[in-house]
Amino acid sequence: MADREERRFAEVSRESVRLMAEGAGVELGDDVAALLAEDVCYRLREATQSSSQFMRHAKRRKLTVEDFNRALRWSNVEAICGYGAQDALPFRSVKEGELFFVEDRDVNLVELALATNIPKGCAETMVRVNVSYLDGKGNLEPQGTVPTAVQSLSDDLLKYYQQITRAILGEDPHLMKVKSVSHDLEQLNRLMHMVKSLVQNPYLYLGSYVRSLVSSVMYCILEPLAASINPLNDHWTLRDYAALLLSHIFWTHGDLVSGLYHQIVLSLQKVLSDPVRPLCSHYGAVVGLHALGWKAVERVLFPHLPAYWANLQAVLDDYSVSNAQVKADGHKVYGAILVAVERLLKMKALSLSQSAEGHSGAHPGSVVGAASYRVNSPGLSPPPEPLSEAALGIASHLQVGGAGCHWEEWTPVPLPAMYCELYSFFGDSLAVRFSTGPGFGTHSPCAPSQLSDSRKEPPGPASNLDTTRKMPQLTANLNISPRQDGSPRTDPPPPTTRGAPISGLSREVFPKARFTSPQTTPPAFSFLIGGRQMGQRCQGRRPFQTMFATTPPVSAVPPRTYAHKLPVIGRVGKPVRRWTCSHYSLHLPL
Amino acid sequence: MAAVQGGMSDADIETDIKTEPSTDGFGNNNANDGRVLSASPGSGSSTGSNKQTAAVTPEDQQTLLAVLQFLKKNKLIESVEILRREAGLPENSLDPKATESAGAGSGGAAGIVDLEGGDVSSLLSRVTGSSSAGAQAPTKVAEDQPDVRVVLSAYSQQGDPTLYEVYYSDLKKFIETVLDCHRAELSQVFYPLFVHMYLELVYNNHESEAKAFFEKFSGDQECYYEEDLRVLSGLTKKEHMRGNETLLDFRTSKFVLRISRDSYQLLKRHLQERQNNQIWNIIQEHLYIDIFDGMPRSKSQIDAMSGSLAGEAKREANKTKVYYGLLKEPEIELPLDDEDEEAENEEGKPKKKKPKKDSMGSKSKKQDPNAPSQNRIPLPELKDSDKLDKIMYMKEATKRIRLGSDNLPSVCFYTFLNAYQGLTAVDFTDDSSLIAGGFADSTVRVWSVTPKKLRKVKSAADLNLIDKESDDVLERIMDEKTASELKIMYGHSGPVYGISFSPDRNYLLSSSEDGTVRLWSLLTFTCLVAYKGHNYPVWDTQFSPYGYYFVSGGHDRVARLWATDHYQPLRIFSGHLADITCTRFHPNSNYVATGSSDRTIRVWDVLSGNCVRIFTGHKGPIHSLAFSPNGKFLASGATDGRVLLWDIGHGLMVGELKGHTDTIYSLRFSRDGEILASGSMDNTVRLWDAMKAFDDLETDDFTAATGHIHLQDNSQELLLGTYTTKSTPVIHLHFTRRNLLLAAGAFNP
Repeated sequence: MADREERRFAEVSRESVRLMAEGAGVELGDDVAALLAEDVCYRLREATQSSSQFMRHAKRRKLTVEDFNRALRWSNVEAICGYGAQDALPFRSVKEGELFFVEDRDVNLVELALATNIPKGCAETMVRVNVSYLDGKGNLEPQGTVPTAVQSLSDDLLKYYQQITRAILGEDPHLMKVKSVSHDLEQLNRLMHMVKSLVQNPYLYLGSYVRSLVSSVMYCILEPLAASINPLNDHWTLRDYAALLLSHIFWTHGDLVSGLYHQIVLSLQKVLSDPVRPLCSHYGAVVGLHALGWKAVERVLFPHLPAYWANLQAVLDDYSVSNAQVKADGHKVYGAILVAVERLLKMKALSLSQSAEGHSGAHPGSVVGAASYRVNSPGLSPPPEPLSEAALGIASHLQVGGAGCHWEEWTPVPLPAMYCELYSFFGDSLAVRFSTGPGFGTHSPCAPSQLSDSRKEPPGPASNLDTTRKMPQLTANLNISPRQDGSPRTDPPPPTTRGAPISGLSREVFPKARFTSPQTTPPAFSFLIGGRQMGQRCQGRRPFQTMFATTPPVSAVPPRTYAHKLPVIGRVGKPVRRWTCSHYSLHLPL
Repeated sequence: MAAVQGGMSDADIETDIKTEPSTDGFGNNNANDGRVLSASPGSGSSTGSNKQTAAVTPEDQQTLLAVLQFLKKNKLIESVEILRREAGLPENSLDPKATESAGAGSGGAAGIVDLEGGDVSSLLSRVTGSSSAGAQAPTKVAEDQPDVRVVLSAYSQQGDPTLYEVYYSDLKKFIETVLDCHRAELSQVFYPLFVHMYLELVYNNHESEAKAFFEKFSGDQECYYEEDLRVLSGLTKKEHMRGNETLLDFRTSKFVLRISRDSYQLLKRHLQERQNNQIWNIIQEHLYIDIFDGMPRSKSQIDAMSGSLAGEAKREANKTKVYYGLLKEPEIELPLDDEDEEAENEEGKPKKKKPKKDSMGSKSKKQDPNAPSQNRIPLPELKDSDKLDKIMYMKEATKRIRLGSDNLPSVCFYTFLNAYQGLTAVDFTDDSSLIAGGFADSTVRVWSVTPKKLRKVKSAADLNLIDKESDDVLERIMDEKTASELKIMYGHSGPVYGISFSPDRNYLLSSSEDGTVRLWSLLTFTCLVAYKGHNYPVWDTQFSPYGYYFVSGGHDRVARLWATDHYQPLRIFSGHLADITCTRFHPNSNYVATGSSDRTIRVWDVLSGNCVRIFTGHKGPIHSLAFSPNGKFLASGATDGRVLLWDIGHGLMVGELKGHTDTIYSLRFSRDGEILASGSMDNTVRLWDAMKAFDDLETDDFTAATGHIHLQDNSQELLLGTYTTKSTPVIHLHFTRRNLLLAAGAFNP
């Protein structure tokens, strides 16, 4: 009789009851188990209902384990212990036996007891008079109902907006005011997801709101959020995701707002060239550029690199304890730059090789030809591109022509020179990247051969300005390569740049055969985050495992992220949660 | 017949029985027999005979007999004797043998009558049903929970379970086809009928039928019963019915419906024509139909009043006179004035008297006809310090800002930081100098809001050294070393859900999950008394505005009135069907209002302990109450996010304020009563134009007599302002003496 109707509430199955009975050493008949199961369900519901009363009187919205225990106690049932942690407890399953249980890790009490970093304890509860409204009309405007941006919406949109805000922000109506929630990463994350769904909604014409959306996203990418102060907060993921989103918005809605691309690139550039900004902002800028495509990287990041490098190097070379946090951040930036640059090289090489095939006979390879390489120069004959690629065309046209006053004179650098220069920065870690591809075994002459010993100073052929590379191979921390999978536009490689002849030199650097193979994206960096391996389920189980099959040199290095995670060992709940976070964020692009 | 009351209904029904004796009489007899037999086998015959003669009211007789029976069973012979003598009953009325045979005889007689009427098959089942119930009753009662048994056993009469759906849908069809004006009224029957039929099915172990019944008709019920329905849907076994509170609430009380006479006649005629005895029985036994003469009510009128666990309030429940006026302010003697002026400055004499006269004159000169007499309940005498405080109060009052729709108050928000979701209750002193918080970790914390720090009294040894004759002895007894902004008091062993300062600021009350109410001294910051009486969590407590008395209410559904110097309660207010969630004293201290999760508000008379008002209309548990400063009105807020306004004198709902989106945890009128502030879980403080809400009323005699209210939906006009907090639910509000609004809550990131 129970089967024919849909269930109104959760049930404990009779199998579970039997299993538990077995665990207690009792053999149960089928009908007994069924009866028991039903009774257990009823008792659970009853307890839950009465526990909600405790929640209401504690003036909370969240039902806690304690509430439930109180309800149990008042109905003369033993309370359950061990579930009172503030954080979500991971729920795991064992495949064989179909058993589900709450992850209960061993806590090393000795370690805990002898730990030198005793937590300071929580701050004292205090009362503060924080707001005082002196105007007569309430504070509708400053933090109340609807921001001005929203008031101009039509009725339908307003309803939509209200629905969304209620769903996303709970009670905080701050849709367009990301700033107000900058202390709350989770809320920001939710906000970003909301923006994504807004962008993806095919029935919604965003029109001029794209601009405000972009500014919100940019905020998440670039601002030194309040949450970043705490190293435990995984704001990197947020930045990555926001960058991904940015490119997505741009690719799908870029045609709605003229000059958007230009604006974005410009602001990213500004951040990057501002040494006062914290490293996390720089990281955001790099990731943002990366997300916008290799061309943006080439235009902005590459020219800035020499100047920027000095700063970064200074940070990374400082081994003092006080610098540890900054340094960890620095490594993040380093990794991001590395990935961006790598992509740049690959894509450039690819485009070169392809155009070389296309116009094999046009010009005999000359370096001068490469120098004339330009992205979608509007004056030239229109390239055969798909429709939305034209958006880029328009945008870039505008930035070059109309608003290009701030645009630095940009001269494309030929690929080999670029590689050499980059190599001077990154050394073998860059080379390692390329070595992972199928055809990298026979490397170019300028690439060093001492891949195996990466910690040694590489004998870079280019003059290492003032930097020596003691850099461990800290590769892609949190690298999401958005162009791969985030936006569909990436798959067709940038179209033939017309008239770009292929220099013979480039062929010398990168054997042509390699690039003809369709598989151009390196498999290495897309699923490696912070030395953690996301392909397998290792979340929570063996947190310090860094073994990684496909890129052995990378995995050999202890991941930086743990450098500051180690002291937190006393708090079992926290790291686990964060892992799931990063896990989650990774799943999006993949 | 006991179930139907109102005006001249008895005579009415009598005639009905005559016109259609077969069905109605049959149903009634059986209903009575079934219940009476199971309750106490002896009372059946006398009830039957009494009904014919109508000499004594059958109800009283019946209960009396039941009580006697109970006493006798428990061998309390002496009490039996006394009670019987007092009631004037003949001795043989309790002879079990005689009554048993008489009962059997009457049952048999009823059977014969009905046989003639036809309908043999159902009759047989009925007779066997009732007789079996009678046979089982004695054994059942012998068990440890007699009353529950009795309550449940009313369900034991068997009907064909498969017919329940037919009955119900038949009635549904009928009500849907009835004239529009009657439909809304008759639709009220649906919910209680549905619940009782479902419970009957469950009780008789027809689990699958019960589920099918629920599936089929639960969707028809009003949306505000959703919560109850969820509880019901989980209940599918007879065994589970026993400990279930909601069910017992339903069974122990009759669901009250107000129906106009015309509509009621329609319903009755229909049921009799269809011989729909199952439903008729339920209506007889479990419903109280309050019949009124006149126009049927509209749907909106009904919806405004319904929603509580036990239907609406009976009309006569709100008829008692309530002395809602304020007590006369005590005259402050001149010597005190002098003293005060000396303390203040020398030349104040002529100036100060004037404003005092004015502020007092308006209240005290003419005795409010609605006020209770000054000594209706004994109030503590004013101490000198109280008089000083009164003077302070009056001085402040002269500087009070007149609030209004064009002059809204400023709000100061007291945010509790690092409270880790543990803040459960807040209170301010009347002069806004102290703030106290009750926390989930069982602590009570008191902060000083002013620069004046909190100090303890010196230890006894040190006190001996003090010169008691000195002028500043009160200052000298304080221990400077203990001065701090915050004092933490430990003593409870569970979350502190309610907290209240005494008016003289010397004491603090706190009520907790551990079932106690504790009285703390704010001079020594120690616990003075733990009042034990509620054996379950105590959700709220409050001091009387005159001190000394306090009220508490909790999970045991009982509110208690205490005096600080008695360790046992002075009054027990019982009547709510579910937890008492909040308690408030009337400004004149003669009444107490309690809000409950049975979605009703009751007002109790402190003097007699009687319930004098029942207000229904909320659709969720009530979490906040506030009396207007003039004592005439009551505001209540509930989980449904609405504030309802009540006229205490007339016992009517007079307003509905919609706007909040979550539970309203605090309500407060401004000092002059112009503005009502409400604070809610939805992180807002809203201000309402109370003046306008009350001024617009025209309570004519008709409305007052019938209780039919017409609410206009003017929440938007009355809403004066909304203050949004930053992720901080508002759990307490307070107007300072100068009408600055203070709000408090814990930051909840």
